[in-house]
Amino acid sequence: MDTNISFKLKVWRQANAHDEGRFETYEMNDIPTDTSFLEMLDILNEQLIEKGQEPVTFDHDCREGICGMCSLYVNGHPHGPATGATTCQLYMRRFHDGDTITVEPWRSAAFPVIKDLMVNRNAFDQIQQAGGYVSFQTGGAQDANAIPISKEAADEAMDSATCIGCGACVAACKNGSAMLFLSAKVSQFALLPQGRAEAKRRVKAMLAKMDELGFGNCTNTGACAAECPKNIKLSNIARLNREFICAKCKD
Amino acid sequence: MEETKINAQPIDSKIPEGPIAEKWTNYKAHQKLVNPANKRKLDIIVVGTGLAGASAAATLGEMGFNVLNFCIQDSPRRAHSIAAQGGINAAKNYQNDGDSVYRLFYDTVKGGDYRAREANVYRLAEVSNNIIDQCVAQGVPFAREYGGLLANRSFGGAQVSRTFYAKGQTGQQLLLGAYSSLNRMIHAGKVKSYNRYEMHDVVIIDGRARGIIAKNLVTGKLERFAAHAVVIATGGYGNTYFLSTNAMGCNCSAAMACYRHGAYFANPAYVQIHPTCIPVHGDKQSKLTLMSESLRNDGRIWVPKNIEDAKKLQAGQIKGSDIPEEERDYYLERRYPAFGNLVPRDVASRAAKERCDKGFGVNNTGKAVFLDFSEAINRLGIDVIRQRYGNLFDMYEEITDVNPGELANEINGVKYYNPMMIYPAIHYTMGGIWVDYELQTSIKGLFAIGECNFSDHGANRLGASALMQGLADGYFVLPYTIQNYLSDQISVPHFSTDAPEFDAAEKKVQADLDHLMSIQGKRSVDSIHKELGNVMWDYVGMARTKESLETALKKLKELRKEFETNLFIPGTQEGMNIELDKAFRLRDFITMGELIAYDALNRHESCGGHFREEHQTEEGEAKRDDENFFYVACWKYNGDDETAPTLLKEPLHYEAIKVQTRNYKS
Amino acid sequence: MWLTNSSVGRKVVMSVTGLFLVLFVTFHALMNAVALISFEAYDKICEFLGANWYAVAGTLVLAAGFAIHIIFAFWLTFQNRKARGNNRYAVNSRPKNVEWASQNMLVLGIIVCCFMILHLVQFWAEMQLPELMGEHVQNGTFYLKATFSQWWVLPIYLIGFAALWFHISHGFWSAFQTLGTANDKWIERWQRISKWWASIVFILFAVEALYFTGYFTGKCVIAL
Repeated sequence: MDTNISFKLKVWRQANAHDEGRFETYEMNDIPTDTSFLEMLDILNEQLIEKGQEPVTFDHDCREGICGMCSLYVNGHPHGPATGATTCQLYMRRFHDGDTITVEPWRSAAFPVIKDLMVNRNAFDQIQQAGGYVSFQTGGAQDANAIPISKEAADEAMDSATCIGCGACVAACKNGSAMLFLSAKVSQFALLPQGRAEAKRRVKAMLAKMDELGFGNCTNTGACAAECPKNIKLSNIARLNREFICAKCKD
Repeated sequence: MEETKINAQPIDSKIPEGPIAEKWTNYKAHQKLVNPANKRKLDIIVVGTGLAGASAAATLGEMGFNVLNFCIQDSPRRAHSIAAQGGINAAKNYQNDGDSVYRLFYDTVKGGDYRAREANVYRLAEVSNNIIDQCVAQGVPFAREYGGLLANRSFGGAQVSRTFYAKGQTGQQLLLGAYSSLNRMIHAGKVKSYNRYEMHDVVIIDGRARGIIAKNLVTGKLERFAAHAVVIATGGYGNTYFLSTNAMGCNCSAAMACYRHGAYFANPAYVQIHPTCIPVHGDKQSKLTLMSESLRNDGRIWVPKNIEDAKKLQAGQIKGSDIPEEERDYYLERRYPAFGNLVPRDVASRAAKERCDKGFGVNNTGKAVFLDFSEAINRLGIDVIRQRYGNLFDMYEEITDVNPGELANEINGVKYYNPMMIYPAIHYTMGGIWVDYELQTSIKGLFAIGECNFSDHGANRLGASALMQGLADGYFVLPYTIQNYLSDQISVPHFSTDAPEFDAAEKKVQADLDHLMSIQGKRSVDSIHKELGNVMWDYVGMARTKESLETALKKLKELRKEFETNLFIPGTQEGMNIELDKAFRLRDFITMGELIAYDALNRHESCGGHFREEHQTEEGEAKRDDENFFYVACWKYNGDDETAPTLLKEPLHYEAIKVQTRNYKS
Repeated sequence: MWLTNSSVGRKVVMSVTGLFLVLFVTFHALMNAVALISFEAYDKICEFLGANWYAVAGTLVLAAGFAIHIIFAFWLTFQNRKARGNNRYAVNSRPKNVEWASQNMLVLGIIVCCFMILHLVQFWAEMQLPELMGEHVQNGTFYLKATFSQWWVLPIYLIGFAALWFHISHGFWSAFQTLGTANDKWIERWQRISKWWASIVFILFAVEALYFTGYFTGKCVIAL
């Protein structure tokens, strides 16, 4: 059954984008193990406010693992040690009494720190804006069942589309590459007939944008897929490469 | 307690003439349009990027308007629509089970306990099919059959399979679809996107909404934005209850800002309590997690027949799987044979509360019932069930440490799997800013769409209808109706934000922020918010009485005083200050809480999400009073938050549907 | 030019040159294996690959392959480090399923490179280079003996081979992934092929080195 644990929390504190930043250590006592990691940070914040100090700023919103807002690099893993789960779905029963838990923001040149553990992931939006869509006017669609799509293709597209855009792939990658994120979107559209019409244009535009924004080059370490909270598969990157190489060769 | 003032002033909902099936067609045929060259001259502010906001911003951009789009999150894709799990309804009748626009319309009105505006609901059902076409064209990967055509499933409150879904992440996929269209327009320069901005006030010039004051949450600075029309798509007010399935950032401040400027707030008492949430486990909890309603397709809800078994469960002496079939009370199937586990949400929630109040609750707090998949797993096999609900099972296990797909016991040759525990929780708010048929609020040029408005769900929303309404408003309704308003605005030049009205609005917001910072009391925002949540849940929750509501109003007054005198916000207004942002929202939640209580107190009947214990049948079913309460309750602000608002009534007229008692028994 | 302007393009260059080098290394290992059977045959091959025009052309292409692979490796690494930003994580841990080699390709590459330089000094600088200058050179076996009769050569070579094993075990499948020839099934297949290929090359080289050392020093009798 659920018990309480006590541990040391090492948290990155940084007042703003220009601040140097440093670690602060906090003692957390008697935290119930059925508390989520973010609720544990809520408890810390309440304690800080009680002492008149500024709370730790971190991104979070839906707290059910789907909005992609939460981040945090916990003990060397984006979204913490659990696999296939976001930080907000991480529960304290994963940790032990006496642990030291280190919490850091995503580290990537393309994701500058805003404050404490909060980073700016606007680069992801910009990549999407470069071509992550099917171009058509609202209202101009034909009947939804007019084009049959094989269940396999639909399911695979769905698996790719599951990406929540949290940035864990970039955070996990020693090269700061956003290939898994990009490939998930490119794959979703590449697998569906709706997306084929402008597939070439899309992949070129999105990849160019990604490169422009200062993400690194993929070296296929696979850390992104291993840490992805939504289990986006590495094969998406191969598909992206394929799409891109074919598009370029046909130019 | 102050008496709420009742005003008989008529409210014009601008419902078009003609038979119900032709109203929308007629409207579109006769509305005024803006020609393409003039669209370029018009600016529209859209606040919010959920299904309604993103789809509206994208579509208005496609049409040629200049759109300014705001969201409080770091990206438009994070809006809480993303968390909707189950699906989206449409009257496609792909399953050949007798569905039609009329039936979807009828089910929605009936599900809403005959408190929705008929014409709006019909329009919603009518455009539902376009939404599916639209989303498929966007590349939304809906579930499909082996033949390559779209799959459907059934949902609460309907006897047909009309729900389209993408795994348990339909909201995510639909929002990403809308987000992709939005991105296309941002790329084209037609939409300017402002992330991490929070609307703090709406600016009214000569009686028309002409802009907003928004705070840049990163710099902490207030900024001014002007436009020819303002659309708010800022979602519901469920977080008034502190614990809800809403995201942490969901708030009603934008809606409250409109309300304080005179936009009517309609039916605030209609709050939906979702029956399948993971029960509350402790006082440190920050939010409640929804388990998709789709689980009720195969899961059966039960509590023990014998109170002794329930007591043992509460004491932790036995587990759910220790109780054999014949000792289980499948109370929904017992009470509502025709709909069984698929009754509408309000009915299922109340039934759970009824059992738990009688002492049959199954966890240590006594506030939980079982949702059991044993029968479905025995019938279909674990693989099929995992394929359908695997991600939900995993989510449940991560949170509770119990795997619902795990074989737990075998009694007399019958296999029993771990049941889930569920309990109702605040989920959705049917009430919202009052809008007319054109989705325009009572302030000219101010529109409200999505959950933010009140229009389509009546007193209760059916599952898979929120996504439908958000997208209907954003893609197919507002982009038409707003033109009717804008058509005579084409000669109005782009606004400057130097107007004295902007000065005044910004000064007022700044003064409010300064005031919050200056309180320097002892209590954190969250501690007061939790207290607000407790008051709301205990006295304005699932079962309300005159006494409880009066107590609530008294307690809320005290709470406001506590907030105004004992709040503490660390830090400064310089840069990001999350506590200040939360405090600003909490101030509005308190006002919202009062508004809910006022409305609930006024409505001497039970209907949908609003249940007054004084008004129930002998079997404990909701008892409506159509004679006295067949109207939309619109609340008008009276100058300050302390004063009770004024009630205005928009009478309902039903032409196509005969109003009757809801019956899910036979 | 997309091969230099885009991240995928640059990776394609790495992949193609990498695969070419894998082919070369494989060929090299097979060629050496001839010496296990017959030193005379080995000498013939060395003679064939002397200063003839095709051998020189092959050497140039090979050198270009190495140069491009190495230059791109440094270029990519420089970009990647920049993308990572100035702040490093305080705590790092390698997730399961991530090969150690994949995260240390540059280091492995540098070790292989150092080994290669030594190897070039010991063989190429004594064989093809002087021949190109018009000097007379001995047969291949002579240099094998000159090299492997020194006690320190074997361990250094084994370290070089080990680094090469790690480098190829990742680089090989990574190249196919980059070229877009993988999917869910083929990623695993390429990874397996990758390990096998690297192992075969490693075993060939290692056995050869052990054999030569044993043969020429007389201390070790692996000699078949």
